[in-house]
Amino acid sequence: MQNTSPLNTASMSVSENETLIELKNINKWFGGFHALKDISLTVNKGERIVLCGPSGSGKSTLIRCINHLEAIKDGTITVAGKEMANDAKSIDSIRREVGMVFQSFNLFPHLKIIDNCSLALRRVKGMQRDEAEVIARKYLDRVHILEQADKYPAQLSGGQQQRVAIARALCMEPKVMLFDEPTSALDPEMVKEVLDTMIGLAQDGMTMICVTHEMGFARKVANRVLFMADGQVLEEAAPDEFFSAPKHERAKAFLGEILAHN
Amino acid sequence: MNAFGLPEILFLLQGLKWTVLLTIISFIGGGVIGLLIALARVSTSPVIQRLAAAYIALFQGTPLLMQLFIIYYGLALLQINVDAWIAVSFAYTAHASAFLGDIWRGTIQSLPRGQTEAANALSLGYVSRMRDIILPQALKISLPATIGFAVQLTKGTSLAAIVGFIELARAGQIVSNLIFQPLLVFGIVGLIYFAICWPMSIWGTRMERRMSRNHA
Repeated sequence: MQNTSPLNTASMSVSENETLIELKNINKWFGGFHALKDISLTVNKGERIVLCGPSGSGKSTLIRCINHLEAIKDGTITVAGKEMANDAKSIDSIRREVGMVFQSFNLFPHLKIIDNCSLALRRVKGMQRDEAEVIARKYLDRVHILEQADKYPAQLSGGQQQRVAIARALCMEPKVMLFDEPTSALDPEMVKEVLDTMIGLAQDGMTMICVTHEMGFARKVANRVLFMADGQVLEEAAPDEFFSAPKHERAKAFLGEILAHN
Repeated sequence: MNAFGLPEILFLLQGLKWTVLLTIISFIGGGVIGLLIALARVSTSPVIQRLAAAYIALFQGTPLLMQLFIIYYGLALLQINVDAWIAVSFAYTAHASAFLGDIWRGTIQSLPRGQTEAANALSLGYVSRMRDIILPQALKISLPATIGFAVQLTKGTSLAAIVGFIELARAGQIVSNLIFQPLLVFGIVGLIYFAICWPMSIWGTRMERRMSRNHA
C-alpha cells in the first residue's frame, strides 16, 4: 500500500485487505466551482469511514460520486473490482453493490413500507412478490420496524422512516453502505434509534462510508475519520486521535465549533 | 313553426353522442401521446427535450380552430383522403396531447429530486423508475388539472362543428334554426354541457381527496 501523503490518500491498514472501493484522483466541478479536488481514497472490506467537515466541503458530493448520483469530470472509481465507465450498464452494475441512505429518507410516499423495500427486488432482481417480501420482512425486522410493514411512510416518525430507508437499501444486499447525513433531518430524540441501527450494521461487518457529525458514533464504529474542507481531504486519522488531537487548523476550528454545541 | 318536442330532443341527444365520443377519443389519444410528450420533455437528451417543447409550443400557441382547419382541409389538399372522423380525432389528439403533456411535465418536475435519486441508488431502471415511482406520484398531483382540462376538452369539441361535425352545439344550432327559439334551445344545450362537466369536476375533487387521505 502506498503511503505518499496522509492528507489525500487513504492507506491505513485494516485487518481485512480486500479493497472494496478505490477512488483515484477524482475531480468534480459544479459549473465553475471545483467541488472535489483530486481526491483519492481506498476503502477496504469491512472498513467504516466517517467523513466530516464544514458544509460545502464536498463530503456529500464525494459519496454521491461513488454510485454516480453525481458524474465526475475525471478520475477513476472502482467498486468491488468494477471500474465505472460512463455508460448505463456499468453504472447500474456498480449501483447494485452500493446501498445509500439519504438525509431526507427519500422513501416512496405512495408505496407501503413493505413495497418500498420489495420493489427493487422485484424490478431489479426479478423476484416474485412473495419471495421479495420475505426478504423485505427480514430486513424490516432487522431494523426493528416489521410491525409497520403495511403502513405508508407518512404514517411513521422520522426515525422510523430512516430505519425503513436503511432496510430498503439492505434488501439489495449491497457490499457497501453510504450514509449521507442520515440523522441531520431528525428530531433529537430519534437520532439514537438510527445510530443504533447503524452501529448494529457495523458490528455485523458492513462496509460503511458515513457523512456525519455524530462524534459518539464516529468514536464507536469508525476505523478512520476523514476531515474535508474545500473539496479536499485535509486530515485522516483514527477517531480518537482525530477528536482529541486534530492536526490541521481547519479541523481544529471545525471541531471547536461542533464541540461548542454539544 | 315547430315546437320543441321529442324529435328535437332526440336530435340533440344524437349530437351529444358525438360530443361524448369525440371527447373520449381525444382524451385517450391525447393521454397516450401526451404521456410520451411529457416523458420526452423531461428526457436527459436535450434534442428530445427541445422537440417536445416545440410540439407543445406549436399546439398551445395556435388556435384549435386553425389546427382543425389545417388538418381537415390541409390533408385534403395533399390528396390525402381521410374520413372526417379521423381528421378531427387527429387534430384533437394533437391539441390534447400538447396540453396534457405540459401539465404532466410540470408535475413530474415538481416531485422532489430525492425520489429519482433513491430510485437510481436502488438501480431501478428507467421504465420502473417512471412506472413505479415518478408517474404514479406525478399523475396523482396532476389530477385536478387533468380533469380540469378534460372539462375544457368536452366543451372544446364544439369547434368540430366548423368542419361539418354535428355534435351537441351544432345540433343545437340546427334545432334553433328550425324552431326559432334560440334561448330555449341553447339554454337546454348549455344545461346538457353543464350536466356533463359539473359532475366531472366534482368527481375530480373527490378522487383527489380520497387519494390524499390514503397516503396521508
